[in-house]
Amino acid sequence: MLEVRNLGKRFGGLAAVSDVSTKIETGKVNAIIGPNGAGKTTFFNLLSGVQKPTSGQILLQGRDITGLRADQIAVLGVSRTFQTTVLFNQASVLDNLIVGHRLRTKSGLLDVLIGSSRLKREEQICRDKAHAALEFVGLEKIATRLAADISQEERKRVAFALALATDPQLVLLDEPAGGVNPEETEGLAELIRKMVANGITVCLIEHKMNMIMSLADRIMVLNYGEKIAEGTPAEIRANPAVIDAYLGSEHAGV
Amino acid sequence: MDLFFQQVLNGLTLGGVYCLVALGLTLVYGVLHVPNFAHGAFYMAGAFVSFHLMTAWGWPYWLAMLGSAACVALLAVLAERLVFHPLRHASPLHPMIAAIGVLLFLEAAAQAIWGADFQRMQSPYTGIVDLAGVTAPVQRLLIIGAAFALVVIVHLFLTRTVTGSTIVAMAQTREGAALVGINANRVAMLTFALSGVLAAVAATLYAPINLVYPAMGHLVITKAFVIIILGGMGSVPGAIAGGLIIGLAESFGAFYVSDHYKDIIAFTLLVVILSLRPQGLFPNAAR
Amino acid sequence: MMRLNAKLGWIMLLVLGLVFPFLAGNDYHLTVMSTAYIYVLATLGLNLVTGYTGQYNLAHAGFMAVGAYTVGILTVDYQVPFWIAFVLAGPVAALLGFFIGIVSLRLKGHYFSIFTLCVGYILFLVIEKWESLTHGTVGIIGIPAPSPIGPLTFDSPRALYYLVFFFLVVGLWVMHRIVSSLLGRTFMAIRNGDDLAESLGINLMRNKLLAFMLSVFYAGLAGGLYAGFVRFLGPGIAGVEHTFDMTMYMLVGGIGTLLGPVLGGLTVPWITQTLQWLQEYRFLVFGPILVLLVIFVPHGIVGSFIAWRARKAAQPHGSGHA
Repeated sequence: MLEVRNLGKRFGGLAAVSDVSTKIETGKVNAIIGPNGAGKTTFFNLLSGVQKPTSGQILLQGRDITGLRADQIAVLGVSRTFQTTVLFNQASVLDNLIVGHRLRTKSGLLDVLIGSSRLKREEQICRDKAHAALEFVGLEKIATRLAADISQEERKRVAFALALATDPQLVLLDEPAGGVNPEETEGLAELIRKMVANGITVCLIEHKMNMIMSLADRIMVLNYGEKIAEGTPAEIRANPAVIDAYLGSEHAGV
Repeated sequence: MDLFFQQVLNGLTLGGVYCLVALGLTLVYGVLHVPNFAHGAFYMAGAFVSFHLMTAWGWPYWLAMLGSAACVALLAVLAERLVFHPLRHASPLHPMIAAIGVLLFLEAAAQAIWGADFQRMQSPYTGIVDLAGVTAPVQRLLIIGAAFALVVIVHLFLTRTVTGSTIVAMAQTREGAALVGINANRVAMLTFALSGVLAAVAATLYAPINLVYPAMGHLVITKAFVIIILGGMGSVPGAIAGGLIIGLAESFGAFYVSDHYKDIIAFTLLVVILSLRPQGLFPNAAR
Repeated sequence: MMRLNAKLGWIMLLVLGLVFPFLAGNDYHLTVMSTAYIYVLATLGLNLVTGYTGQYNLAHAGFMAVGAYTVGILTVDYQVPFWIAFVLAGPVAALLGFFIGIVSLRLKGHYFSIFTLCVGYILFLVIEKWESLTHGTVGIIGIPAPSPIGPLTFDSPRALYYLVFFFLVVGLWVMHRIVSSLLGRTFMAIRNGDDLAESLGINLMRNKLLAFMLSVFYAGLAGGLYAGFVRFLGPGIAGVEHTFDMTMYMLVGGIGTLLGPVLGGLTVPWITQTLQWLQEYRFLVFGPILVLLVIFVPHGIVGSFIAWRARKAAQPHGSGHA
């Protein structure tokens, strides 16, 4: 799906990500783990175009997408969520989701002014997509609820739905289970499996090891911006470099 | 050549005033991430309080400056407590609008108390010194001297004292500051107080060679914004360098380009620079 | 049901606007109302870029002045017929908005606002100082009234009232189309956050620029109307305090709502008109009100009402029909 070659990002003199090469494999759950400050979110930002890499290449299905803007990458089928999703609290959940499919529509100002049939058709499509995405994440019953009134776990699901409404091939999830309880975490993991079963490739950052180990097909470990290990959960668990990085960071953190 | 030095002198005078105003603005931005539009009103209030203390109560110039600094510091702290503190978690738009509300209120209040007329503030220093062909009104030299002394004091305060370095630490990372146990409320109030003091002193220094009126803060504050954008919002050295650059640019621009358009120079400079470099002149400065 | 209620409300407002000249005691009231309409029209524009798209443009009054001076200069100094000059007011402002937008909209949040504050000052100072073009502080005097269109003449306050009202209704209707469409949703997504919007495939620059140009088009149009209505222009109309006034209208009524600017833009001037003593010191009262609104009612009258209604509608059954 996505291939990363020697990717690097420097901020001034600091290397947040350096020389990372990896592959995100189609139809699998790919996870990225690492201690705090390991460069995981920066890595995501580079993949999704929020930040531009200072070196290296990103290929999406063989096509070079390095240096494209985030919106262009989204149009090519890569969608992402953020650690916190800012919703418009004064509107309903459904209203928040309709814009998700906007990138697949073409109506512009002229359509709006003349009230074109294309605009009507596309608005209906966006609405349908929003409904479908809500149904997929199991929230159709709260469609009319104000976004201000939904729970943390529901917010996470709405963020998924928003990403899904863009019709992505690859979804990047930044801490999808951050701040929710273990029971809800299991539900979100189930949802991620369902996404993969529906042909969407998933790549996620997560701190909850239990979830990662049971969910991921492949894991990449970052430390100080560098890739220190990659493999199946079993391989990662047994990797001495990984154990070192986590123990080391724990010591440093105290 | 004398004319050249004359412009340097004028530029340093303006630059000194701009530095003080911009310094307060940049500190408040650094700590609270609020572009405090009311800062120009603090400046205006500083001039009026000094004016009032001198004319109505007969205080001497320097004492009036101190009194005014204390008043405006209090005003700034009140604004922080009553307006900006409740809005610390709001979207960026709302504190901006609230700051405008404070600005409008203070201007209307000044107009209600002192009237809309232009007032002249007397300074005890009316002499003129002749420095090798350059005529230098004493008040101008005073502005330069006092402004730079104050800048040095503020710099020492920020770098050498514990309280000062907490302000700098908080300007760098708010969360980090909370982790090491800095009382964010106290620092916020302190920063506002300091910005008020600087604004009041700048206004009192500059007022004798200018005029005192309710809208006097508008141009100064807008230029101060230009300065801190050029110098990097939240950066102390940036504010000082930017203040001098704008002061000199205006002084030379007024003389060699057009006196008529001198107020536009700062804004045009900003527009040109940001058009070419959206990240500002010093992108690595603390933001 | 909800839509029907909203429609009914709008029709009532329309009817009120139409019969107002017959209820108004004198021409002075008509003038106050017409001026308020002109500022509401400009505020609609400010609300599009600020309330809906999240970019606070402090040069808005400057763009209104650009529209007004377009009409003033063309009609007075170049004897261009009023309506031709008027048609140009909006496009000239939008064209200027294009150039300022491509530079300023690369800046985020506070930087954008401070930049536009400077742009506003530049516009004001240029108008004040460029005497050969703008007549400087003397201002432009003797702008012709809108010339008759067929049987319609605009020489009485009542006729001018209906002219201004007509443009306000059209402006509102177009704004309604924009904000309730996918385009409006796109703008609102940008308001919620640049990063999220961009990750949803929204081209930030293109959409912000569109919102900005539309917004200043409204300002230019309002300026053109102002020129034809007041028939005298001074640099003062470009002053940033007019942007502050419009901000207040927007905030009192409800920022990011269609009705908000209308409500705020009509009530605030009428309150100040009624309390004459307030005129000069109006900000002694409105300054604190602005602060209190921002802290306690950040979504204004209309915004709070809409949220309350939506919450009620979302409740499962029964209780929602009180």
